[in-house]
Order: sequence, then structure tokens, then C-alpha cells
Amino acid sequence: MNQPDGEIRRARSQGIQVALAVSLYGTSFGALAVVAGFSVWQTMVLSLVMFSGASQFAVIGIVASGGVSAGLAAVLSAGLLGIRNGLYALRMSALLEPRGLMRFVAAQLTVDESTAVASAQPSREAGRAGFWTTAAFLFVGWNLSTLAGALLGDVMGDVRSFGLDAAAAAAFLGLVWPWLKRGEPLVVAIGAAVVSVVLLPVLPAGIPVLIVAVLAIGFGIYRHRVAPTKPESQGES
Amino acid sequence: MDPIWWIVLAASAVVFALKITGYVVPQRLVQGPLLTRVAGLVTIGLLSSLVVAQTLSGEEGLVIDARVPAVALAGVLLWWRVPFIVVIILAAAVAAGLRLMGWMA
Repeated sequence: MNQPDGEIRRARSQGIQVALAVSLYGTSFGALAVVAGFSVWQTMVLSLVMFSGASQFAVIGIVASGGVSAGLAAVLSAGLLGIRNGLYALRMSALLEPRGLMRFVAAQLTVDESTAVASAQPSREAGRAGFWTTAAFLFVGWNLSTLAGALLGDVMGDVRSFGLDAAAAAAFLGLVWPWLKRGEPLVVAIGAAVVSVVLLPVLPAGIPVLIVAVLAIGFGIYRHRVAPTKPESQGES
Repeated sequence: MDPIWWIVLAASAVVFALKITGYVVPQRLVQGPLLTRVAGLVTIGLLSSLVVAQTLSGEEGLVIDARVPAVALAGVLLWWRVPFIVVIILAAAVAAGLRLMGWMA
């Protein structure tokens, strides 16, 4: 019995636990998407092809409140939230070193959870095992539970009487929560909330979110100038 | 084609393009503390703004209804490290319960 075997086994079981816990939450995505006016197929394409929880919730949330005329804002918000995945991909590319078609598979599966489990492992081998195990279980689990939720949402009717609108708000809160451990993220979160409250009544749906994104970029650049220390890795859960 | 399909496909393409970029560009071109920091803060800003929009937006401007206590409860439960899915279910249950009783409908 050598150490690397134990590390790999631990990475795999950690990955499975994370994947199963997060997958369940695909059910609420599926139900909310259908209720927001997406068909079951459109909902499944979001989970299969986009496969990035925060971006998926942003698309359906913005379309739910702003309709198809907020489509551009929905696409831009999904993209801005997806920048994070691009940065994870840089790190995972160095760890996984995928070749050829496997690059596309690895890219599609590079999300918060697979990156977090991979990053938490003590060795490269365990990191790879953690990434692929989390990724595989999460992809299957997330899509199955999205389908279950979408079919459920289809027969539910009035969302509000089931509290699904509140569930969506709680989902966004749960997504941002792990990031709020230090001062700078807290300042941005509170600032974003205040700016949103002010702008929501006066601008079309989806636009306040984009203005907040631009302000956050400006704040990040400013902070980088005045306090250029590299913040430790954050928010992956 | 249904306009929602365009939104679904365009947004999916953008997100995938960002993921694959990390695997094909040379690391030294894009790695740096500034980008890491800005990407983190943008994510936090967007999600916080979405919390507010989803909690308070109504037909005309801001509305305070059953969503507010539900989200407040979600915050407390997250603070207590209650699992994600439980938080979401309880938030929905609180809003649904308040509406059933005719409060803050």
C-alpha cells in the first residue's frame, strides 16, 4: 500500500461527494428555467453545452425579468461570469496537459467544482484524478437533475406560489457566499447591491447587472494600482 | 427561430469559448495578478447584483414581498453552513408559506 494510491482514492471520493451535492441543485435550475419560459430542450442545452451554473442562472434570471429583449444583457452576463472559467482553464491546462480532442472535453468540464477539487489535492496525480472524477460525476448528475427539474417545472404552473422566485434569489446568494471571506470581495458585494437597488427601478432589466460588472472591473484595476499584492486563491467551493 | 434559442446558443458559445481559451493560449500571455483579481471581483459583483434583482424587482420598480424574508433566512442558513440544496428548498418553502397565508404576497 503506497501513499499515492491513498491520495488518489481520497481525491476521487472527495470529487464524488462534491459532484453529488452540487448536482442536486440542478433540479432547481431546471424548474426555474422552464418557468422562466425556456423549453425543456432549451433548458437541457444550457446544462449540456453551457455547463456552468452561475452563467446558466444568470441567463434564465435575466430573461425571466426582462424577456427576450434583455437577450443581449443575458448573453453578456453569462460571458462575464464565464471569464472565471477561462482562468481556471489556464491552471487546469498546466495540470492535465490534455492533447487533441481531450482539450475540448477538459475545457467543457472546467468549472468551479472540478477546479476546486483538483486544486485541493497534494499531488499532480491526485489532482488529475480529482478533476476527472468530479467533472464526470458532476456532468452526468447536473444534467439528470436539470432534466428532472425541467419536467417538474413544466407541470408546476404558478412559480410564485411555490416560492421558486425566492429560490432563485437564494441560489444566487449561495453562489456568491463562498467568495465573501475577505474585505475586498465584501466591499464589492455590498457596493454592487447598493448600486443595483438604485439602478433597478430606472433601467431596463439586465442593464444594472452589466453596469455593476463594469464598476467591478474599474474597482479591480484601481485596487491593483494602489495595493498590487496578489490575492490568495478565492471563492472555489 | 424562437429568439430564446439564439440567446441559449450565443451564451453557450461564449462560455465555451472562454473555457477553451484557457487550454489553447500560451500561459504567459494571460496570467497575472490583475486579471485574476478583476475576474474574481466581476464574479462577485455580478452575483450580488443578481441577488438584489431577483429579490426585489417587480413589475414596476422595487417590490418588498415574501422573497425578502426568504432570502434573509437563506443568508442565515448559509452562515450556519447548511448545505446548499437545503438552503434553496427552505427559502422556497418560506416564500410559498407566507404567500399561502396571504402575508407579503
